Amino acid sequence: MSLLLKNALLVEPDLNKVAEGNIVIRNGLIDRKDFRADNEIDCKGKFVAPGIVDLGVKVSEPGESHKESFESAGRAAAAGGVTTIITRPDTKAAIDTPEAYDFVKKKGNDDCIVNVFHIAALTKERKGREICEIGMLSDAGAIAFSDCDNVIEDNKIFSRALKYASTFNALIIGHPQEKSLSHGAVSTSGKFATLRGLPSASPIAERIGLERDLALVEMTNARYHFDQITTISAIEVLKRAKKSGLDISAGTSIHHLSFNELDIADYKTFFKLKPPLRSENDRLATIEAVRDGTIDIVSSMHTPQDEESKRLPFEDAASGAIGLETILPAMLRLYHSNHLKMDQIFNAISLKPAKRLGLACGSLKHKKIADLIVFDADKPFILNRELLHSKVKNTPFDGHKLQGQVLRTFVKGKEVFSL
Amino acid sequence: MSFTQKHLLGIEGLAQSAILEILDKAEKYAELNLKTNKRVDILAGLTQINMFFENSTRTQASFELAGKRLGADVMNMQLQGSSIKKGETLVDTALTLNAMRPDLLVVRHPHSGAVDLLSQKVNCSVVNAGDGQHEHPTQALLDALTIRRTKGRLHRLNIAICGDIAHSRVARSNMFLLGKMENRIRLIGPPTLMPSQISEFGVEVYHDMIEGLKDVDVVMMLRIQRERMDGGFIPSEREYFQRYGLDFKKLSHAKEDAIVMHPGPMNRGVEIDGDIADDVTRSVIQEQVEMGVAVRMAIMELLSRNQSYKHKTLLT
Repeated sequence: MSLLLKNALLVEPDLNKVAEGNIVIRNGLIDRKDFRADNEIDCKGKFVAPGIVDLGVKVSEPGESHKESFESAGRAAAAGGVTTIITRPDTKAAIDTPEAYDFVKKKGNDDCIVNVFHIAALTKERKGREICEIGMLSDAGAIAFSDCDNVIEDNKIFSRALKYASTFNALIIGHPQEKSLSHGAVSTSGKFATLRGLPSASPIAERIGLERDLALVEMTNARYHFDQITTISAIEVLKRAKKSGLDISAGTSIHHLSFNELDIADYKTFFKLKPPLRSENDRLATIEAVRDGTIDIVSSMHTPQDEESKRLPFEDAASGAIGLETILPAMLRLYHSNHLKMDQIFNAISLKPAKRLGLACGSLKHKKIADLIVFDADKPFILNRELLHSKVKNTPFDGHKLQGQVLRTFVKGKEVFSL
Repeated sequence: MSFTQKHLLGIEGLAQSAILEILDKAEKYAELNLKTNKRVDILAGLTQINMFFENSTRTQASFELAGKRLGADVMNMQLQGSSIKKGETLVDTALTLNAMRPDLLVVRHPHSGAVDLLSQKVNCSVVNAGDGQHEHPTQALLDALTIRRTKGRLHRLNIAICGDIAHSRVARSNMFLLGKMENRIRLIGPPTLMPSQISEFGVEVYHDMIEGLKDVDVVMMLRIQRERMDGGFIPSEREYFQRYGLDFKKLSHAKEDAIVMHPGPMNRGVEIDGDIADDVTRSVIQEQVEMGVAVRMAIMELLSRNQSYKHKTLLT
């Protein structure tokens, strides 16, 4: 079976360009040489890009499948142009044993219409005390290891975990945060937090966390990824560290690129995130860091929370927002505002995460896996959260004017979504 | 008619004219409260529920008395722990009470924004009796009334607010109100008890109390909680009293006729010298309590007026 996508604007992140052209999907792979095909679709000048590789998606299975399951997350991903989801282990219970890993692996394979890979916990129950069976989990297929937003405070344990993981060349993903500074905080300190009387932490807590982690990476030679960098002072530290030759990379979330602390307004809990939303200056600096490559990866940090856990006073409410279906239109806001070019966007959401994780996708090159999307970058719409495919609807974009719509999504050459 | 809101959630959203309307109305109740018969039946038949998710004696008593003097049926609910421990959320508690058709809810909650959230889920008027570290609007209004009555005006005054600004909803509401009335506001306290970027609120910040008190007309002391003085925010109680406790020596730097205020309950010998608190020529602390009832009566009357005005306009 083969399919020709003709008259497309091909987004090629590895060549840093967008060009008109045709592309063929043949036997699940991309063919750029032979344009004969059984069927064809006229893209009429719309974009064709590698599918999004979303690093750090919470699926809520096991434990809270009423919030999100592999089935619903897969449909949301396909509709949002995400062809590969990398799940987080911060489920109830945590994915910290090969047995738990096998459960999500089977669930993911059976129920999810897009590619799924899984991150396993770094320490048992993500408590920062005992190292997980990194070897067995690696053998089972764990793509990376992380305690997610639980920062390992004990430097001895953390450095041993990093050192042990390095023998498997495993990628460790950490949340840079100095816990003693940020404990109890639900906002970023500053004028807004003072006005609303919310417990807040200095943005410096992120930088101190980053600097600590960097020192331990230097000590252990670990392969390390910082999940979310969101502040000016951390970006400066990161910029210097990237010149040092350490095997490090950094990410941020689409929500920190889209909103600032003022969006919390009158205690809107859908804007309660971890780390909390930052100042406008931080947001602009984070966008700039994505543009110049200091920050490699942008992800949705998809975190489903039900109404019950959000319909509470701000301090009591759960953190996190869903993002699988909004990451592309939200990124396209930065394209339309001339902050990022189209190839820069797909570097950050497709190619670089794929490369960092060693996946053969994220590119439109000849013979690569045909994980790709067709989308209209201009189509305007007002987001109605009830129309999203996720089981819960905690998106901060509800009612927002966005542009950009996925028309078709292909996973390994198979169409999993079409409008 | 300047105060047209359905709820009183904070000072931040109030116009100057609305504040003045509340204060003018409160003056009348202050007069009434001096009479033997303090009762008017403006709120007869209405139900007022005081929901206190945080301990309070004075504020709750003040609201209760205000409601009763206006003829409302008042119910007090002490909610710290009870239904919350059973797992019921704030919104469910609110919906349950709402089904009992109260006309006025007076709410205090330990978390900022909780009263705002609750007000979105009920049909009746809601008065914020203090939410977390956010606002305590009736305290600021009663402070304003006390200042106006003793100083003869509520503008162009130098006002110092001293102590634990960071954790104080009283300080925030007072800052907003006194700022709207065009006064010069100074905040005095150690840097560990100042909220971040506070100087961007149009106030002057002093860490030296003597310097800060120079030529002020009003000295507002704040209560400091004892657990903040265990070395976490400040080294010790005695060091705090020495540097930031109000005594006659420090007060001598203020204007000769400067008044001393405190929202209560006081820690004598910690933030304020007992002798100053009891000095009727300087301290207006008792008058603050008195004005509290009057201000709360005024607010309740105005809120019920706003509600019925709305009903009438809906009917016609």
